[in-house]
Amino acid sequence: MPKEQYTGAEIVLKVLQDQDVDVVFGYPGGVTLPLYDVLYKQNRLRHILPRHEQAAVHAAEGYARSTGKVGVVLVTSGPGATNTVTGLTDALMDSIPVVCITGQVPTSLIGNDAFQEADTTGITRSCTKHNYLVRHVDDLARILHEAFFVAQNGRPGPVVVDLPKDVILGRGEYTPVEAARPRSYKPKVKGDVKAIREAVKLMAAAKRPILYAGGGVINSGPAASQLLGELAHITGFPVTLTLMGLGAMPASDKQYLGMPGMHGTYEANMAMHDCDVMVNIGARFDDRVTGRLADFAPDAKKIHIDIDPSSINKNVLVEVPIVGDAGHVLEDLIKVWKSSQVAPDAKALDAWWKQIGKWRAKKCLAYRKNGKVAKPQYAVDRLFQAVKDKDVFVATDVGQHQMWAAQYIHFDKPNRWMTSGGLGTMGYGLPAAMGAQVGNPNGLVVCVTSECSFLMNVQELATLAQYKLPVKILHLSNGSMGMVRQWQEMFYDNRLSQSVMEAVPDWVKLADAFGIKGLRAETAGEVDDAIKAMLVHDGPVLLDVVVDPLENVYPMIPSGAAHHEMILGPTDAESTESGSDVVLA
Amino acid sequence: MIASNGEMTSHTIAVLVENEPGVLARVIGLFSGRGYNIESLTVAEVNAKENLSRITIVTSGTEMIIEQIKAQLERLVPVHKVIDLTLEGDHVEREMALVKVRGTGEKRVESLRIADIFRAHVVDSTNESFVFEIVGAASKLDAFIHLMEPLGLIDISRTGTVAIARGLSAM
Repeated sequence: MPKEQYTGAEIVLKVLQDQDVDVVFGYPGGVTLPLYDVLYKQNRLRHILPRHEQAAVHAAEGYARSTGKVGVVLVTSGPGATNTVTGLTDALMDSIPVVCITGQVPTSLIGNDAFQEADTTGITRSCTKHNYLVRHVDDLARILHEAFFVAQNGRPGPVVVDLPKDVILGRGEYTPVEAARPRSYKPKVKGDVKAIREAVKLMAAAKRPILYAGGGVINSGPAASQLLGELAHITGFPVTLTLMGLGAMPASDKQYLGMPGMHGTYEANMAMHDCDVMVNIGARFDDRVTGRLADFAPDAKKIHIDIDPSSINKNVLVEVPIVGDAGHVLEDLIKVWKSSQVAPDAKALDAWWKQIGKWRAKKCLAYRKNGKVAKPQYAVDRLFQAVKDKDVFVATDVGQHQMWAAQYIHFDKPNRWMTSGGLGTMGYGLPAAMGAQVGNPNGLVVCVTSECSFLMNVQELATLAQYKLPVKILHLSNGSMGMVRQWQEMFYDNRLSQSVMEAVPDWVKLADAFGIKGLRAETAGEVDDAIKAMLVHDGPVLLDVVVDPLENVYPMIPSGAAHHEMILGPTDAESTESGSDVVLA
Repeated sequence: MIASNGEMTSHTIAVLVENEPGVLARVIGLFSGRGYNIESLTVAEVNAKENLSRITIVTSGTEMIIEQIKAQLERLVPVHKVIDLTLEGDHVEREMALVKVRGTGEKRVESLRIADIFRAHVVDSTNESFVFEIVGAASKLDAFIHLMEPLGLIDISRTGTVAIARGLSAM
């Protein structure tokens, strides 16, 4: 009996259903019309219409990071596909699972410079984990299932499936998910037992250890975060979390030192520099974390757990590499640690914690008091104080406000923090928050942003309005690209070349024009009430807080410096002691 | 633990891949995107039934870079297997070249004599030209080409290196 036949468009829908996809972020166009026609005739799969394809990908990223599921994007050929490139690169750099289906001109026209034709697989080859051009409708289901497998297994990442119009319209057979596994791609999830034993031996002998964990722990799933906490507690080791790893260990835990790196805490960076054993769990020795490589943790023996073998020995050479999924390896590491009844050097650990206590006493995140207008740190800090008892999802854009959010908003759970870490994509925040809200309809989703980033995807306010997505936007007005201005002030004699934005919209009127609530706090005294008003409003809100335009992000390791060469604050040149003119965060 | 500041060495790497569109572009893009050297690259289908192709890459770098190259190749989705033949031990490397030499009189005779020594074959001939086919290690081809230069060398086409492990082991 011949197998049942489906159109390409029906096959796409069937795959999405079998992959348990409940929402796609998409934008229709010429070649995807038949797909959209099939979408129209059903109501199982929800479609969200962002106002730009780049935002569709960021929304899918926000959805993926906040739910742990694959984010799905559907765009048309040509400009629809090229507009996704920034989002795809962002997802690749931050290891976010996204499947992006792009329309393509009919196979007979490929290569003819047809209307809205772009070489999508060529363009996206280096910004995806993998991509496919489907040439025959009979291959469609297998390739799409495979795309989902590749996106979420191993080190996650974006996968593009390019669908020519004749494939969408053609009729073919359906391949169920069980029959569609990539032949060649078999990522290793279990760590090598010998290497794990060696790691335990090193850790047991450590006098000044540190656990340095990153996005790999989050990507492994919530269980890995639990295991990280368990490992920290049975070993008594201090923990630092990268920008991508925030939430993998409760920030309220006594053993947590904050974030390392360029704008990390003093205690985290000093501990990274002075440690004698470093256990890297799912982080990648990024340059923003390591600073000058030659002086990175010079006395440390390093253990590196990563699911991606190419992350190991890429920037920093390590003594014990362990290829595997963070969760699996942590589980085995804990087992071996318990069964081998190791006794860490309690005296040495005690001395190490005393030293860490001295570093903590620097109160490196203290910031200066408000003047008439609020300090940006104050605005972010007050936001955190207002939401800290709620289960809150936070998305940010890129720049100073992103670092302040990372410093002052503390997470006790994984999958609550959405930020563009690797690529540093301005314009990420609003669509990512939107995606997180779609994935968590009853969750409190906050977007921390600032003018220049916000303007890059501001059109998404319309999407918030259309779907009544109650995202709360804390918008800091400082009149410039704050981080660029900060570097110009510090390293270019304050020549503010093109970093000041002299014309920006009236944000409250803009919110109003988009049909959402707009609020403003012009003075520090108005901040608390404005945040309260934002949070109680039943719908999306844009709260514009005017902040001190000249505030800089501290502490800071200047580019190319080492961890122990941190600048703690604006007066650091004269003294490293915190002055009296500070409040404690 | 591997060294970070070691010497640059040449490695011959064999890569077994799915024979699918774009796979070669993916491998080449990896090398250009990450700034690795390619000294030679060859590719052809080796198993039609299983739809497999074999790519042979000759590259050079420090030990750290070579390790990176292999790890980066291994994580490409259509890659089945990566073998560093230089590290794995004994292997055979061969390349083929077609070398066109133009000349008459004594030079023409001399080119034939040298071709004989190198066990190159004449595959095309006119009154004043030969096309030689020569097979061997890349260094042997280099030597042959060098000797042909003063004798009227006018054109060269080389395949790039292919390689296989000695003994029983297979990819």
